[in-house]
Amino acid sequence: MSAAAHPSGRPSDAVPGLGRRIGSLRSERRWALWTAYISLIIAAIVMLAPPLYMLLTSMKTSAEVADLSGNPWMVHAPTWENYAAIIGNPMFRGFFYNSIILTVCVVAITMVISVFAAFALARMKFFGSQVLATGVFLTYLVPDTLLFIPLYQIVGGLGLLNSIWGLVLVYPTLTVPFCTWIMIGYFASIPKELDEAALIDGANWMQMLTKIFIPVALPGIIAATIFAFTVSWAAFVYPTAFITRPDEMPLTIGVVSQLIRGDTFAWGQLMAGALIAALPPVIVYAFLMDYYIAGLTAGATKG
Amino acid sequence: MASDSNAAVLAARPAAARPASSAMKRFARRRSTIAFLMTLPLISVIGGLVVWPAGYAIYLSMLNRRQTAFIGLENFDILLDSETFRSVIWQSCFFAITAVLLKALVGFWLAHMLHHIPTKGQRMWRGMLLVPWVIPPALSTLGWWWMFDPSYSSINYLINAIGFPSVPWLGEPWWARISVIIVNVWYGAPFFMIMYLAALKSVPDQLYEAAAIDGATGWQGLRHITLPMMQNIISITVLFSLIVTFANYDIVRVLTNGGPRDLTQVFASYAFQVGVLSGNIPRGAAVSLFMFPLLAVIAYFVLRGVNKRTKEMA
Amino acid sequence: MAQVSLRKIVKEYEGGVQAVKGIDLDIADHEFVVLVGPSGCGKSTTLRMIAGLEEISSGEIDIGGAVVNDVPPRDRDIAMVFQNYALYPHMSVYDNMAFGLMLRKFDKAEIRRRVENAAKILDIGMLLDRKPKALSGGQRQRVAMGRAIVRDPKVFLFDEPLSNLDAKLRVQMRTEIKKVHQTVRTTTIYVTHDQVEAMTLADRVVVMNHGVIEQVGPPQELYHHPRTRFVAGFIGSPAMNFIPARLEARGDNLVLLLPLGTELAVPEHRAERYRTHVGKQVTFGIRPEHLTDTQHISKQHVALLTLTPEVIEPMGMETLAHIKLEGTEICARLDPMVEAAPGVPLALAADMNNMHLIDDATGLVI
Ligand SMILES: Nc1ncnc2c1ncn2[C@@H]1O[C@H](COP(=O)(O)OP(=O)(O)OP(=O)(O)O)[C@@H](O)[C@H]1O
Ligand SMILES: [Mg+2]
Repeated sequence: MSAAAHPSGRPSDAVPGLGRRIGSLRSERRWALWTAYISLIIAAIVMLAPPLYMLLTSMKTSAEVADLSGNPWMVHAPTWENYAAIIGNPMFRGFFYNSIILTVCVVAITMVISVFAAFALARMKFFGSQVLATGVFLTYLVPDTLLFIPLYQIVGGLGLLNSIWGLVLVYPTLTVPFCTWIMIGYFASIPKELDEAALIDGANWMQMLTKIFIPVALPGIIAATIFAFTVSWAAFVYPTAFITRPDEMPLTIGVVSQLIRGDTFAWGQLMAGALIAALPPVIVYAFLMDYYIAGLTAGATKG
Repeated sequence: MASDSNAAVLAARPAAARPASSAMKRFARRRSTIAFLMTLPLISVIGGLVVWPAGYAIYLSMLNRRQTAFIGLENFDILLDSETFRSVIWQSCFFAITAVLLKALVGFWLAHMLHHIPTKGQRMWRGMLLVPWVIPPALSTLGWWWMFDPSYSSINYLINAIGFPSVPWLGEPWWARISVIIVNVWYGAPFFMIMYLAALKSVPDQLYEAAAIDGATGWQGLRHITLPMMQNIISITVLFSLIVTFANYDIVRVLTNGGPRDLTQVFASYAFQVGVLSGNIPRGAAVSLFMFPLLAVIAYFVLRGVNKRTKEMA
Repeated sequence: MAQVSLRKIVKEYEGGVQAVKGIDLDIADHEFVVLVGPSGCGKSTTLRMIAGLEEISSGEIDIGGAVVNDVPPRDRDIAMVFQNYALYPHMSVYDNMAFGLMLRKFDKAEIRRRVENAAKILDIGMLLDRKPKALSGGQRQRVAMGRAIVRDPKVFLFDEPLSNLDAKLRVQMRTEIKKVHQTVRTTTIYVTHDQVEAMTLADRVVVMNHGVIEQVGPPQELYHHPRTRFVAGFIGSPAMNFIPARLEARGDNLVLLLPLGTELAVPEHRAERYRTHVGKQVTFGIRPEHLTDTQHISKQHVALLTLTPEVIEPMGMETLAHIKLEGTEICARLDPMVEAAPGVPLALAADMNNMHLIDDATGLVI
């Protein structure tokens, strides 16, 4: 544009190179934008293909799944019968029910533990509080696969193998450290004057927590709750190790171990089951994406 | 709190002259009691379900199979002598390092691309690209397993369509290893993308503008501004992901279950195999303990990174 | 409402930092006292000890006749306004003001009456349903004051309440605070590092430095009769000029020997006071308004001297001349009509009736 608008009509003579460079800047931008969009489109296809393919499979009849002649990425006669079958399966409903009970309990326990602990660690400096805060972070770095064998022994010793209550007992190791850690970050970002004002206004510790800290740090609480929910919904190592009885299994291990039976897999049903099992976290994500992402990034940026 | 009560002690005069000082001390003690009670559940979780089991694992790993006799480091000895376990070590390291590098590169690339498109569209793309991270990995891996299925592979269908021969995804050791890495990268790259995107957004635009006026090209801007500013978060994310990837279980369990011929076993799946499935709990504990030194080293660096970052942000 | 007394108050932070080093202060009922001093001198610490937010290392604080050392903040019956207002972000303005009363289990009607009354005093009646986010700086400041007023406490504590406001709003809110105090008459302790705020608001000003009180007194007294070099230099803007000098006797009279050999005659009625310091090195202190052009001054006890300004700053109603004299900066206040230019020698008159002499050894005004 600047080149065309130049009165002499020969910009490169007047200011050598300038017209060309501006033009190339523009094309460089456009080129960068194209690269960006092409990369993103390819990435989106790759990222979404597996769940999409699961969806396609779940809508095929067994005959169509077994038919090798057609394009597997096409559905010729879409059907919901796999969903009907899997929802009609009492075992699958049992998995779902177990997952719900388990997750609700774990989320509740986690939030109570971590909100109280984070409040004390963020605000009431006491002997060893610094060490404990660091300990929380280190615990968060300990993976479940390092602990499941001794926990297997311990849970077994308590007679809680093959029971979702054993899982309710151990799942907090997955959720509490991180939730406490991000809640410490959120609480610490509340200005100190706010609790001093509350103290002068006559609040005791409990009122300060419930009337000031929890409402003010609500986004953090939501993010931590989402985290606890997704982690306990997706947990796989502990239930795989501790549960062998189908009626006590939560969804993850239930779908993976129980729906795969015999030589002829009911692929359609299996995929339908997996998708239904994946639905709750996906729904939470769809509606609370910003909180979800805030929780994800909080670990490294807060605290 | 100790310091508060010290201060009260310092200030204390003879009790008769100033009876209030004991009230102060009581108040201070009460505050630390409340704080202690509030953290007690946390302490019990950490102590009872992490620290104690970790110590117990060390003890367990030194027992014989029936847990009747103390055999010292024999389990570790036997493991190190076994061909299978040495391949487990190799495979774990290969898997973790390759997968994390790929995740970091893909994540960085995507974050960068996302950062460059107009803000209006970013939300939608970010929403789509994060989907793999949201689905429980055990379930999405089931989908991948089905896509890798030897006779029905939909991926092979696409490969054949562009004229290449079918790939024996899970049947052949090297392809099986690659498959596991592909699924892990697919699952984990979005997380890197989100972290990097957040870091990219925290670099003020003025810095780029200043650099552009100073004559920096886009590439130099990346090299001299973006990367140094993100260095800390990049290393935290990489180290953190190394831990998680190193200790990964679900993808291996669902996709290959260690096969073919135990060649895709990693520490976690092998510990499961030995400890839970074959019932040799002490040796399983020993397998998983092999992860510990490496994790400790990584954890040390993560903690250092986080502390540094906290200081920078303060 | 009540009087407040501090007796030998010491605050030692962990690590041995003594922020407050034993101060004594008596504040009368209804009084408005301002603590002023440079940053880090311990003003906030003192205020926070009165509030009960900081433990007292030693000494006693007495509010309304009772020692409150071990009384938690909520039972001290005080209200505090913070620098960043500390409004509860999730509560409406009404709830912010009502919170303290609600925790004290006042009945609903009484709460409403008090909040509405305070809102009327502060003219924020139309903001009651808003959240703090939707308020301007000045409005937040009012709400913070309203939160204090509704409680009808024994003492108001303010910690630099105006320093987050822009200059114009600060002047306006200053008047507002004064007006509120004239209405509600609650004993007030106000911390600031801005000496203009201190002078305009206070019944009495307390000047602090390095954890001790330098001087306590009404603003005019501090201005005209500072007791230490610190107070002399801290109060007044632009600050008092300090010029190193020697006191010499010339028969019955005394003169000050300035650098460059200028001699200034000391008024006779002051000679008696200063005689003990003859021959000693002292500091001659004079405020810029007492060092002015010769045309507009024709009083007794004026000493004339000619100096060369380096910088001239016309301010509108006056002109400031900055002069360098043997390493010390001096400022003179001139009538705007006076012709002055940098580098051009200027005849100045020092009003020796308003001179101060400071003993270099003790830092005290003689
Ligand atoms: N929690 C603390 N621990 C250790 N030292 C502290 C603490 N709080 C304040 N101090 C120190 O005590 C001294 C007095 O602090 P204070 O906050 O009372 O100053 P101030 O007069 O209010 O200053 P400003 O005008 O900057 O607010 C300072 O030197 C400060 O560094
Ligand atoms: Mg202060």
